[in-house]
Amino acid sequence: MDVLNLFFIVFLGILLFILYFHISNSILDFYGKKTDRRYNFENSIRVVIFIAPAFIVLFIFILYPVFETIRLSFYDKFGREFVGFYNYRWAVNDPEFQRSILNNLGWLLIVPTLSTFFGLVIANLADRVWWGSIAKSIIFMPMAISFVGAGVIWKFIYEYRGPGDTQIGLLNAIIVSFGYEPQAWLTIPVWNNVFLMAIMIWIQTGLALVIFSAALRGIPKETLEAARIDGASEFKIFFSIIIPYLEQTILVIWTLITIIVLRIFDIIFAMTNGEWQTGVLANLMYDWMFRGGGDSGRGSVLAIVIMIGVIPILAWNLYKHRQEQKI
Amino acid sequence: MKKFQISSFLSQLLLLFFVILWIIPTFGLFISSLRDKDLLAISGWWTSLTTTKVNEIYRMSGMTEQIFEDGFFVVRGSLFEDNSGKKIETFGITSKNINEFVVGEIASFKDNSQVTVNEVGEYIWKSEKEFTKKKGKRLFITALSPPSFTFDNYKEVLFKEGIGQAFLNTTAVALPSTLIPLIICSFFAYALTWMKFFGRDTLLAVIIASLVVPLQMSLIPILTIYNDFGALFGVAAKSYPGVWMAHTGFGLASTTFLLRNFIKSLPIEMMEAAKVDGASHYDIFLRIILPLSIPAFASIFILQFLWCWNDLLVGLVFLDQVPSEIILTAKLKELLGSRGENWEILTTGAFVSMTVPLFIFFALQRYFIRGLVAGSVKG
Repeated sequence: MDVLNLFFIVFLGILLFILYFHISNSILDFYGKKTDRRYNFENSIRVVIFIAPAFIVLFIFILYPVFETIRLSFYDKFGREFVGFYNYRWAVNDPEFQRSILNNLGWLLIVPTLSTFFGLVIANLADRVWWGSIAKSIIFMPMAISFVGAGVIWKFIYEYRGPGDTQIGLLNAIIVSFGYEPQAWLTIPVWNNVFLMAIMIWIQTGLALVIFSAALRGIPKETLEAARIDGASEFKIFFSIIIPYLEQTILVIWTLITIIVLRIFDIIFAMTNGEWQTGVLANLMYDWMFRGGGDSGRGSVLAIVIMIGVIPILAWNLYKHRQEQKI
Repeated sequence: MKKFQISSFLSQLLLLFFVILWIIPTFGLFISSLRDKDLLAISGWWTSLTTTKVNEIYRMSGMTEQIFEDGFFVVRGSLFEDNSGKKIETFGITSKNINEFVVGEIASFKDNSQVTVNEVGEYIWKSEKEFTKKKGKRLFITALSPPSFTFDNYKEVLFKEGIGQAFLNTTAVALPSTLIPLIICSFFAYALTWMKFFGRDTLLAVIIASLVVPLQMSLIPILTIYNDFGALFGVAAKSYPGVWMAHTGFGLASTTFLLRNFIKSLPIEMMEAAKVDGASHYDIFLRIILPLSIPAFASIFILQFLWCWNDLLVGLVFLDQVPSEIILTAKLKELLGSRGENWEILTTGAFVSMTVPLFIFFALQRYFIRGLVAGSVKG
């Protein structure tokens, strides 16, 4: 497909949606203005025009799949025969699944915590120095990069050459310069997970940083100055004023990163493809979507396990939403 | 006061440490993408920033270049290309002793021919007998090489490795996948905020719940739908429109949520006034909401665009992995597998894939941050 063709299709695709809204609404405007009695009728047609495309997409791509995935998890690999809890029993006894669950838990424990921590510390540091905004830009930059791009960047850092050869990977070069043996970092079980998590922390710290920076601006200057005049140390101020003030923000960032980490796929897929015991649920699921022609039952079970992880967050969001509606 | 200055100094130092730690990986990738591919394979990128000692092997020209001069057969030539900037320190004529001679000295081969090399790599090779071999002999040199960079890797990657095509494909995926949700969600968000209809609150709750539903819940059923669609109509649903709609679906909840929060913050009086004047909802949307929402659109556009540009999973599942459809991230992953040792291709390819996000990042950082912060406050 040549370039012109490609961009013609792109243009057409976008135009189609604009035309839909414009034509349907213009027709309605034209007929609606003729008579006032139709006002209610016109309004309900308008609602349909406004929400139909989004609702159809929402239904096809989110609502229907959620229920279909739940149904498929009780069916065989082709989705034809009901097999009860067979797929769930398989999952519980599958060593790959157990390994993935453990890894996922490790990711969930370490990445959000460290990203939030680094974000908070750096936001505070950057707040006090004149070149803070430049520093923030640099630390925030990995947020713009794809996980695969970040994977290449870090694979280059972890690159391994045999002992005696010149190391072109930064980490091994440092290790060797201190007189240690070079290591193939990504193939050392258990620890390789940590090296993969480092990439995610490198990316997500920027997210935490910018949100904390915005929140820090909300702390009244008078409070901080009063504390300083009273002789409080910077550490004391950090722990007794800033942290309590940011409690809500910390929680928000922590959940935000948790949601992202729960469905982590790209980094592991690009770096190790789940080998050397680095697999997580999303990778195992992708694998089962295609392994042996695909097994929709097992794949669905894995998707549901990921979903279960977000249900507490989902419930909490809905609860907060209802509280707001009441006000 | 003095204590405060010390802590300020420590803050700066600590922050500097973080900044260096964070920038080094990307910086290394960027430098590497500009290095000569042979050097890249044998030395760390950090050595390329200063003058370094390199050991290299060159072959002199053979019989075709010889001239007869003052009773000798002479071959003259230059080891380096013009302006290489390398300075030779020592050279040798056997692999066993590559530092045998200081530059300018005369070395004798077994066949009694003699060679000398000057600092910039020009050699003179003399012999009493006529040279009879097509290839010249080898010279081993040790030279000081200044930092040197090249765009060769970019040429190779863009045109030979298919990254250029993948770049176009990603653009063709990301643009509609960003604009379509923006269009349909702005109407949706308007309806959810300013129109009264049955089930509105339920729909809003569904949107909020959908915000956190992982992509994985949708993959299998949608892939099945796409396959059935293809079988039914004879057209492959795994194609550009298919992937646009998938991205639209997965970005719909967050786009709607952010837009609704924004539209809700607009003053209701304006809309009431317009309504009294006989404006329809479409008029209000077009004349009032749309112009006011430009900053919000910019933020959401950036978030969704970066998401689509950087996505791997959706492009992997809903597009065929053929040259005309493969996206940048999938191509990079493929290269990681097939060209895992060719770091010049990987680093350059990765950097090409990062150009657009980095441009957006630096040019529109304000909107990017605003979108992220707005999205996080509740979500």
